[in-house]
Amino acid sequence: MTDRPLQLSRRALIGGIASSGGLLLSGCSDQQPPTYGNILRMGDNLTYNAQRLLLSRNALVTEYDRSQISSMPAIGTIDPARPDVGLHDPKGGEAYAALRHGDFADWRLKVEGSVNNPRSFSLAELKKMQSRTQITRHTCEQGWTAIAEWTGVPLRSVLAAAGVRPSARFVQFYTFDLMADGIDMVDALHPQTILAYGMNGRELPIGHGAPLRLRIERQMGFKSLKFLRRIVVTDKFDDLGRAGTIQNGWSWYNGI
Amino acid sequence: MTGASEAEANAGSRGHRLWVRLTHWLIAAAVLTLIYSGVTILMAHPRFYWGDVGNDLIQPLFEVPLGPNYHTIRYSAATPFFASPDGPVTADLLMAPWNQNSWARSLHFLAAWCFLAGLFAYLCLAFITGHVRRVLWPRRDELGRQNLWRDVRAHLRLPMPAAEPGPPYAILQKLAYTAVVLVALPLMFLTGITMSPAITANYPILLAIFGGAQSARTIHFFTFAFLAIFLLIHLVMILLTGPLRQVRGMILGK
Repeated sequence: MTDRPLQLSRRALIGGIASSGGLLLSGCSDQQPPTYGNILRMGDNLTYNAQRLLLSRNALVTEYDRSQISSMPAIGTIDPARPDVGLHDPKGGEAYAALRHGDFADWRLKVEGSVNNPRSFSLAELKKMQSRTQITRHTCEQGWTAIAEWTGVPLRSVLAAAGVRPSARFVQFYTFDLMADGIDMVDALHPQTILAYGMNGRELPIGHGAPLRLRIERQMGFKSLKFLRRIVVTDKFDDLGRAGTIQNGWSWYNGI
Repeated sequence: MTGASEAEANAGSRGHRLWVRLTHWLIAAAVLTLIYSGVTILMAHPRFYWGDVGNDLIQPLFEVPLGPNYHTIRYSAATPFFASPDGPVTADLLMAPWNQNSWARSLHFLAAWCFLAGLFAYLCLAFITGHVRRVLWPRRDELGRQNLWRDVRAHLRLPMPAAEPGPPYAILQKLAYTAVVLVALPLMFLTGITMSPAITANYPILLAIFGGAQSARTIHFFTFAFLAIFLLIHLVMILLTGPLRQVRGMILGK
């Protein structure tokens, strides 16, 4: 799980540079976000491959001091059970309301797909694992920023516990609202990519994604999905259909 | 070819060289696209801050009265994060704000790649060929108060005499072009990438140089405003000095 996947994906990325550099192919490779012939998506892939090629994979974002923690709005879905704001999913919302009623004691995070031991984690199990606390800047695509302290378990520990296979290339996240999204293994295995259950020294508030949210610090805020319920590891790129970013007109990679 | 045209330029001959014309139009097309997509992005959050952080729950430095989100955003009551009620707070956004950033962001970065290619090619060629030193950089004697004042008055007298396209440039033109190509355009690129969490993870020095991601965003906006004013004056000067001949000069050379 250490070096081999990175080596292989680097080769795939160089192939990707060739294809998006020419702006010719419509994303034939199953290791690249599909472009559907859209020139904006070709530009997105150029940015993705250029950043993967030119930037260090392990560079850490700046971590701040506790005194620098700022106010931070909760936007998008602020409560999956509420039908009036955010991307409400009636079935997911109902399930979420029931779990919250029991203080998330029955909540489980499923981890499946390209792993040797598909399994689920309770909140208590995640909290027993080695935790990481980081004070980082959230950058929203709208233009605003906020600094907060996040406590959680590194995603790579969870993936290792599920026995992620060497063929794994992407990690997809499913939530209690209508959003789903994915990241590549470079971001998934990054030490600052955590599954956070605590914010600013307390339990994660509902508006910020209780009981568990992703923190992926080198991309725009909306990639840090809230209200997680399921993680699926894949060997190929999955655009996640109507729930994903690409078919909604957004870039899949948002490092800028 | 380069040797001949350099000799012509030194002899005071007029006209634009081929590489100047090519990079001019590439950068012009990219900048127009960047302005269009950039204003769309600004409309999602028309508030500006200084430092590392800034959002709807933080007092802005100033706001731009632009678009449907100006003064229309509604939040729930604020909840403090810590025991102190004066400390940082959170609140829930109770609406879906106007947001076209899906295509606007992707278009902005696609145009930014074209802009970067054009600017990089221009600056390399401008320094290698001596274009900066010979055509753009003001000589010391040109910076005298009398010469500056004479050029200002020349720009205020109407009708303006029709001008030959291309260099040599008078002092105000030299100052304007130098400020745009050596300061404003590179500054747009640098403040732009300072807003990227992936790039600043690698180069945190960018955050130190501009004083934070929000400061970089604010400088990005003011530099845009400077470039927009330059563009306006640039177009007016072309209209006043024989537009057909000027545009022809930038396409065909003379």
